Amino acid sequence: MIELSLDGQLLRVAQGTTVAAALYLGGDGNSRTSVSGQRRAPFCGMGVCQECRVSIDGQRRLACQTLCRTGMQVETQA
Amino acid sequence: MTRDFDLLIIGAGPAGMAAALAAAPSGARIAIIDDNPAPGGQIWRDGVQAQLPAAAQRYRAALAAASNVQLFAATRVVAIAGPQQLLLEDDNSAWNVRYSTLILCTGARELLLPFPGWTLPGVTGAGGLQALVKGGVPLTGERLVIAGSGPLLLASAASARKAGAQIQRIAEQASLAALSAFTLQLTRWPGKLLQATQLLDSHYRSDSFVVAALGSEKLEAVRLNQCGKIVEIPCERLACGFGLIANTQLGQALECRVADQAIAVDDWQACSRTDHYAAGECTGFGGSELALVEGAIAGHAAVGEQQQARALWPQRARWQAFATQLNRRFALNSQLKQLAEADTLVCRCEDVPYSALAERSGWVDAKLHSRCGMGPCQGRICGAACEYLFDWQAPTPRVPLSPVRCATLLQLAEPPAAG
Repeated sequence: MIELSLDGQLLRVAQGTTVAAALYLGGDGNSRTSVSGQRRAPFCGMGVCQECRVSIDGQRRLACQTLCRTGMQVETQA
Repeated sequence: MTRDFDLLIIGAGPAGMAAALAAAPSGARIAIIDDNPAPGGQIWRDGVQAQLPAAAQRYRAALAAASNVQLFAATRVVAIAGPQQLLLEDDNSAWNVRYSTLILCTGARELLLPFPGWTLPGVTGAGGLQALVKGGVPLTGERLVIAGSGPLLLASAASARKAGAQIQRIAEQASLAALSAFTLQLTRWPGKLLQATQLLDSHYRSDSFVVAALGSEKLEAVRLNQCGKIVEIPCERLACGFGLIANTQLGQALECRVADQAIAVDDWQACSRTDHYAAGECTGFGGSELALVEGAIAGHAAVGEQQQARALWPQRARWQAFATQLNRRFALNSQLKQLAEADTLVCRCEDVPYSALAERSGWVDAKLHSRCGMGPCQGRICGAACEYLFDWQAPTPRVPLSPVRCATLLQLAEPPAAG
């Protein structure tokens, strides 16, 4: 198992899990708030739409194309 | 840092893998770049909830065994850095790659069309949901409606069911007549007929399309037009895709000719630009079998093995005929152009509604007035949607080809002159 932090909460996931999946496993699945205030979640699943962008260890990354790693700090955009 | 390769392949899906394996015995120094963490592309995507088919495992093993092929995963192309040179970015660094010959295997993405509620959490692409599920998104006990068009809807349903979803409906926009004609033709490709039989689902309906996704904070139900009748189905998830469109951006940036919304190639899979080839879905949607044979032809041709490439032409023709059937039978119903309402967002990055676009004369006009397509996805979603909705020519890609770190962009700058 891999231990990571999602919005400050400890989360354990199986090896090979994407950060996009971690958003659902450890939260409500949402990744960000749009410019007009709508909540958004991963959409295209394949690195195109950019809806799943989150902060991973301080860098903006796509949750759907990033695998969870031990010690990772994931922050969604409130 | 700059690395040099004889042959650079962009995309490690079926086409890219087949190209590398065809070219590898020549001894050429080969690199494959892919923005996903593992090779396989969309159809052979690996993940915690993925079960790779035997063919995918075979290709991956062969690739790993080829000592002159280097795979750079989780790496994306950022810009053209010079003649036969690209700037790349991975998790930690940015670097240049120089090549003698390039094969574009950049695949396809889903056509995602706007309809009321399509931005609600719970709504995803159809292939999109399949990809998310493979990466570990749980669907246990969730009610799912799948809508849109093409065989991908059935494949997505099969993956979702394995992950615990309860399929409520699969709404295919194509008519019953078109589907019947397609099924009759399938006898020409027995493997495909078998696949179709295995994927058959009692929730499948022809002549049906999504009208709206309903809910306030997240998806609660889907409204469908089912053979002319409006029905509402409560669900937690809607997976919606309207077919596949070629990823031509890098090809366009390299000034390779694009025709019919795909990278144009000749019999050798060669592009309009010398020493540049393209194979698979970026040359037009056709499925993984066609991608594999096109990739192999491109790989052989790229290392000067014309005879081996030519030997594969009949096989390509066979799968091209299948692709022609697919594209013809799943052609989109023009009613889908009417799904968006005035306040439906078309550009999801900049939250631009349909009403701000309907009056505009074209893509540039829309950008100038509304910021449509100027967000992080750079019009990859809304540009394709507007091409379908308004017949606007899709935006020309600009550097950087995807959002990148500032440190990466700095590598494009000329070094300051001495003194």
